[in-house]
Amino acid sequence: MDTLLWYVAGSLAALGTLFVLLAAVGILRMPDLFTRMHASSKAATLGAILVLSAVAVRSGDAAVIVRVVLICLFLFLTAPVAAHVIARAATRTGVPLSDETVLDELSEHRKIREE
Amino acid sequence: MTFLHVLMASLVVSMFLCLYRVMAGPTPADRTVSVDILGVLMVGFCAVLTAMTGRDVYMIVGVSWSLLSFVATLALAKHLEGRSFDD
Repeated sequence: MDTLLWYVAGSLAALGTLFVLLAAVGILRMPDLFTRMHASSKAATLGAILVLSAVAVRSGDAAVIVRVVLICLFLFLTAPVAAHVIARAATRTGVPLSDETVLDELSEHRKIREE
Repeated sequence: MTFLHVLMASLVVSMFLCLYRVMAGPTPADRTVSVDILGVLMVGFCAVLTAMTGRDVYMIVGVSWSLLSFVATLALAKHLEGRSFDD
C-alpha cells in the first residue's frame, strides 16, 4: 500500500512538472500574446495542481491535504479570471496579433479604442 | 540527485523561461501574463519544498502566495487599461 502511494505520488509529480515545463516553453516560443496565454494559463494551472496533489498523496497529513484542497480551489477560481482580465485589457489597448492570424472577431473593439 | 531534486530543477528552469519573457516580452501585457504564471509556478515550488523538508509552513506560504498573485494580476491588468484602481 505504501509503495503504491509512492508510485502514485511520483507519477502525479512527474506529470505535473511536465505540464509546467510545457507551459513555460509555450510562453517562450509562441508568436503573440494571446497564443502565449492559450499555451500557459491552462497548462501551468493543471501542472501546479498535479504537483500539489502529489504532495498531498505523499504526506497523508490532514493539515497538508486541507491546504492543498484550498489552493486547488483558489487556482480553479482565480486562474480563469486573471487570464480573462489580462486578455480584455490587452484587446482594449490594441496589443498586436501575430502575422499568421486568420480571423480577428474583435477587430471592431480595437478600432473603437484607437479612435 | 533524488527525484525531488529533479522536480525542483525543472520548476526552476520553467521559472527562468518565464523570467526571460518578463524581460524580453514586447508588450507590457506579455510581462503581466508571465508574472501571473510565475505566481502559479511559485505555488508548485512551495509544494515541492513541503515534500522536501517535511515542514508544512511552506504550504501556508503557497496559500497566501496564490491569493496575493491573483490580486497583483488584477491590479496590473487595471493598470494596463489605463484606469485607476477605484473604477
